[in-house]
Amino acid sequence: MTAYTGRVATTARGRTIGSRIAASLLYPLGLPTLLLVVWGLVATRTTSRFFPDPLTIAEAFRETWIGPAFVEDVLPSLARLGLGVAASIVLGVAAGTVIGLTHWLRELLEPLLEFLRAIPPPVLIPVVMLLLGITDTMKVVVIVSGAVWPILLNTIEGVRGTDSVMKETAESFRVSWWERLRFLVLPAASPRIMAGVRQALSVALILMVISEMFASSSGLGYRIAYFQRNYLIAEMWSGILLLGLVGVFLAVAFGLVERRVLRWYHGIREVNRA
Amino acid sequence: MPDRRTLLRVEHLRKVYESATGNVEAIGDISFTMDAGELVCIVGPSGCGKTTLLKCLAGLLRPTSGVVEMDGSPVTGPSPAMAVVFQEYGRSLYPWLTVRGNVELPLRHKKLSRAARTKLVVNALEAVGLAHAARSHPWQLSGGMQQRVAIARAIAYQPDVLIMDEPFAAVDAQTRADLEDLVRELHASRTISVVFVTHDIDESVYLGQRVLILSTSPTWIQEDLAIDLPPERDQITTRALPRFTELRTHVYNQIQRAKRGQAVAPRSAR
Repeated sequence: MTAYTGRVATTARGRTIGSRIAASLLYPLGLPTLLLVVWGLVATRTTSRFFPDPLTIAEAFRETWIGPAFVEDVLPSLARLGLGVAASIVLGVAAGTVIGLTHWLRELLEPLLEFLRAIPPPVLIPVVMLLLGITDTMKVVVIVSGAVWPILLNTIEGVRGTDSVMKETAESFRVSWWERLRFLVLPAASPRIMAGVRQALSVALILMVISEMFASSSGLGYRIAYFQRNYLIAEMWSGILLLGLVGVFLAVAFGLVERRVLRWYHGIREVNRA
Repeated sequence: MPDRRTLLRVEHLRKVYESATGNVEAIGDISFTMDAGELVCIVGPSGCGKTTLLKCLAGLLRPTSGVVEMDGSPVTGPSPAMAVVFQEYGRSLYPWLTVRGNVELPLRHKKLSRAARTKLVVNALEAVGLAHAARSHPWQLSGGMQQRVAIARAIAYQPDVLIMDEPFAAVDAQTRADLEDLVRELHASRTISVVFVTHDIDESVYLGQRVLILSTSPTWIQEDLAIDLPPERDQITTRALPRFTELRTHVYNQIQRAKRGQAVAPRSAR
């Protein structure tokens, strides 16, 4: 009797583990697979040449991007993106810290900053193009001109919101200005700064593509526009697929960095939830 | 041997908060002195400006008039001879630093060798019974343990005076008793003077060698009471002493009088 119930329990548990693995794969992969199947079915039935089936796109992907195009187009794009994001972070955090700490400067600049942030960054491309010509610098400047705002404004808010008791503590122990910046102001603002960086990443990716579509002889945006103009439809779709993958990769990389930088922040939230 | 030299001198301290809707006189006129090695409790009705007084002592607030003198020289800003333990330990400890990092932070600007700094940190954590938690983060600890970290940070700073602002108001009763004994022990073993602000009458009598009873705002010192309990105290026997009961009743009555506005300010305070 006991052996019998024991065996039932084992199979039940075995089934739960199996179904749990299945579920954990089904949820993230299920919908994309379904969409691919639907896409394939639609593509084989339609007469429109603008919707090649997934296998054709996969083939185009392999032929187009794996090889010299990776060095000629993908790497320059990623380099501009990386440079633009890095410059935005340095500029946004540095300026944001100064503005956040200086009351009168903040009062002076805040309306202006809100206005500048509200300008859609792509409209700056023609202007920057006039000033800097069709160069890599121009593309990086365009990326920075859009990506710096969320970082800057979030840093200002984060720095300004430093807890008053924490500030008093530093003051009472005569913690030096530099140490206050390093051990109090910047860590206290880091959740806001990271939220700004997250927004900046997606803005930067958009601007990278647009600036390359406008004026370039290399890069992902340039390639996609080129394929489209030459009716290389499967290749065009494969470029869009690659952009999507770059976006996913950025999000994952950001998630890893964020988890490390904000370990304390997530830890507190977990403790409070428990 | 504790010497009898005056460490802290407060003379005609007055603090008025100015605002657009009118001025608020938080502290009317406070004068007292404290000798080196003393443990003085400051108690008063709620809203009597205890925290304001403490911030003036610690150099975090500029008094409107009057003098705070530490070891003969006027306090114009935070002094290296003072360390503050705040009531809100959750907001006073930095959650992104470990326990060790928190205790070490105020020592960074002191000209100390790495070894000397480490020694001070380890020593302070041992003194509060938290040597095992050095690598934890404050938010992983209980409230009482977090306040121990704040105390460790203060004593590692090696101040002459420890200024404590209702430090145990937010912890449970049992933890509170342990922390009270910790303060008495640190005071006895480390020739450190303590100013302990509290709203808890029993706590002030149990801890203090002297209790300063504050009036309602605008504040003056209603009574400077010597606590003539034996220096060796413990939670059970000391609190059971008839003299303890007398003293706490006395303080209680004084605070009730203060609340009812029956106490009359001395001429100098008006």
